[in-house]
Amino acid sequence: MSAGDQWNGAPRHRMTPAVRSSGVTGGLAAAMILSAAPAMDGGVAQASTQIQEVTSPGGVEAWLVEEQGLPIISIEISFIGGASLDPDGKAGLAALLTGMLDEGAGPYDSAAFSLRQDEIAARISFSAGRDTIGAKLTMLRDKREESLELFRAALNEPRFDAEPLEKVMGQYRSVLRQHSQDPNRLANDAFYGAMFPGDPYGRPRLGTIESMGSITAEDLRAAMPRLLNRSRMKVGVVGAVTAEELGPMLDAVLGDLAGADAAPAELPQAPPSAPGGKTVVDFDAPQSTLLFGHGGVPRSDPDFIAAYVMNYILGGGGFSSRLTEEVREKRGLTYGVGSFLSPMDRAALYVGYVSTSNDKVTEAIDVIRDEWTRMAEEGPSAEELDGAKRYLTGAYPLRFDSNAKIANFLVQAQLDDLGIDYIATRNALVEAVTLDDVKRVAARLLKPDDLFFAIAGRPELETATP
Amino acid sequence: MQDAAPIDSAPGRSVVSPPIHSFTLENGMKGVVIQDRRAPVVTHMVWYRVGAADEIRGESGIAHFLEHLMFKGTDSIPSGRFSKIVAENGGQDNAFTSYDYTAYFQRIAKDRLAMVMSMEADRMVNLRLTEEDVATERDVVLEERSTRTDNDPQSLFYEQLQAALYLNHPYGSPVIGWRDEIEKLDREHALAHYQRHYAPDNAILVVAGDVTPEEVEALAKEHYGPLAPAGRTRPIRPQEPPQLAERRIAMTDERVRQPFVTRQYLAPSYRTAEPGVSEAFNVLSEILGGGASGRLYRELVQDEKVALNAGGYYSGLAVDDGTFGLYGVPADGVELEALERRIDAVLARLIEEGPTEDELSRAKMVLISGRIYQQDSQASLARMYGSALTIGMSIEQVRDWPARIEAVDAAAVVAAAKSLDRRRAVTGFLSTAPIEDTAEEAATR
Repeated sequence: MSAGDQWNGAPRHRMTPAVRSSGVTGGLAAAMILSAAPAMDGGVAQASTQIQEVTSPGGVEAWLVEEQGLPIISIEISFIGGASLDPDGKAGLAALLTGMLDEGAGPYDSAAFSLRQDEIAARISFSAGRDTIGAKLTMLRDKREESLELFRAALNEPRFDAEPLEKVMGQYRSVLRQHSQDPNRLANDAFYGAMFPGDPYGRPRLGTIESMGSITAEDLRAAMPRLLNRSRMKVGVVGAVTAEELGPMLDAVLGDLAGADAAPAELPQAPPSAPGGKTVVDFDAPQSTLLFGHGGVPRSDPDFIAAYVMNYILGGGGFSSRLTEEVREKRGLTYGVGSFLSPMDRAALYVGYVSTSNDKVTEAIDVIRDEWTRMAEEGPSAEELDGAKRYLTGAYPLRFDSNAKIANFLVQAQLDDLGIDYIATRNALVEAVTLDDVKRVAARLLKPDDLFFAIAGRPELETATP
Repeated sequence: MQDAAPIDSAPGRSVVSPPIHSFTLENGMKGVVIQDRRAPVVTHMVWYRVGAADEIRGESGIAHFLEHLMFKGTDSIPSGRFSKIVAENGGQDNAFTSYDYTAYFQRIAKDRLAMVMSMEADRMVNLRLTEEDVATERDVVLEERSTRTDNDPQSLFYEQLQAALYLNHPYGSPVIGWRDEIEKLDREHALAHYQRHYAPDNAILVVAGDVTPEEVEALAKEHYGPLAPAGRTRPIRPQEPPQLAERRIAMTDERVRQPFVTRQYLAPSYRTAEPGVSEAFNVLSEILGGGASGRLYRELVQDEKVALNAGGYYSGLAVDDGTFGLYGVPADGVELEALERRIDAVLARLIEEGPTEDELSRAKMVLISGRIYQQDSQASLARMYGSALTIGMSIEQVRDWPARIEAVDAAAVVAAAKSLDRRRAVTGFLSTAPIEDTAEEAATR
């Protein structure tokens, strides 16, 4: 529980995000749209020129944005591989490893590590995703030596002591039990399980109580060079630190990690199966929770940006999207509906979500399928495309208004191989998308009959379309 | 008013406040400007001093329902266009409702500040609602209630717990409203709430970002200045009578797979406490329940191994009394009653022995550094000032908070812990229900 929380609405002060409504285009409203794009391009370009490529004396590479405005430094690291490297029968290994890195390292046992972290106010966190393991450190500039030493110990010398290992496994079992009472998690597991049968992408990231239980401290030790490997590492740094200062810091923390050839660099692709149809996971609730989708577009695809613009119009654009308009605003079927592109390292998906009363599931699915068909057949209007471009280009600087967000971008841009000048060129890529581009990618991407719906709830499906 | 000077505190803990300016328009609307030059964007927020705790009894959920309806139309903005206009200008917008406030915000390029101000000022007084808009949106809110609460036994449990904690105060009703009352909310209820509470003198403007105080004040004068004040202040809510009886609730739900125990005490808020007392509760909550270095976690999870997780929290940003909470998730085979006794033992020993110097120092470090880290987010700063000012705190109280945390001593922490009174608290057990009639269950699926 961070100190900031008490100012930000603690548990009793429940925040409930809001709303909007049906789409009438109006003269006065249109007149309120100011001339062309908002005047932010200067700011965006400025941020990109500030990115420095730093190579440490020991050869560790990082992207740095120096920001001396606040006395804090954020470091974000991604190691490619993640849960995709979990061996069969040991699903959850990457997740358990990230849970154990701060449970005792170097001279600190588990308790001493957390006490030390608080003493110096270092914020250290680790996470395991399908394709990456993430490591983050946010620290006060005047506690940087102490903070870096703790971070180094966690990444290089985790102890995996028996007692905290048993504790963390108990906590993970508890989390897995909680997942089984969470309809979002149930729908998620059913969806990915059906999309990727037999592949690590199809397994819950924490594994199962059985697979988690089979993991030993030896397994964790053996996985270290595979999961935290220098050759598959991307580093982003933002804050009150110069390039000269950063080099030795990188060497100290990351220089001694295992190098290349600890695991195959290329993992096999995992094309999603597109089974179509539905699966229902029984959950006793008045409302059903749905995750749906089919194959998508890889990040490296030449049509990715066109698909991104298309998705904004169909389901990515919040209150401006067609799905929100049709499912929520016109019919009141849901509080939340939307879609997103999900380009992973070994597969690409196009995914949507909605939750609606059990007796309205059939109607919601029909409306969504109709919108899929309409976009695939007709594409967007010129007006919709213009609105999407205005939002996507105008809102781009909102992604760079905090050190934490910039650090995240620096890592993601390296993972996606976007190039160090991407921020300066990105809005031009969006502007260049034509109506024909969007129509082409919509026709290619959207397959209404391939949509697979994973439903957690007790939906009334008797009139469902086949 | 400006302050950019470091607050004096222990080494390594100096907190440099961002420059904060404030002004008041002639119609009574307050403005706060937080400068942040790092990106060419602004966060524009309008906070109303009205929340769910100001609702008429029987109309629970109306504050939140109106918040949804505020995105419909006015005379100049056709129904449903508000957010689309913001998006077409490269901005993001939303709103949120709490017990003590309702707030609306946009995040957008700084040269669009005048535009969003004119739109926000417009809907402060010119909201237009059709019966159809209201009926459809009510369905949306009912679905929202299902998503947030009815689908989740833990949320339902906290709703029951909260209702049991308050005998009379409206904090006992959920912000989103009880389902049967939401179902009865209509256009007239919404407009009555709107006319009663939405006016410039009941609102606070917060702008954070790459702006100067002068330009924000000039824009505020132009757009919010012409609106007529309503001359009303926040009504006094029904208060709690003396609470004499400890409450205990036990909820079972077949869907629950992970039982836990929690207790919430009434505790003074930053608005109702004597000076320094809320700060002591903040430090107490860190010492007892602050993550893996808090006493509850160290003793019950690490040492005794009777819990998988345990902690505590203090909710002090409230107009009326706040809450102090404790919770524990039992280890396999540990009964909830047994875990509750262990939690009480940890609390009792802290009262008896007091915190160590190390504990005090660590807790303060975590709290004060949190304030430094928070400055990384323009939106988070705007939200902090907005919520604090809307409940009635001053800019100085917010700004000087780190120094007051630094001043908390061991005696104040013990006094805060001692003041927790089980007669003014509710203890709740959430556990799974045995499935009694599986044959019938199977048949109905």
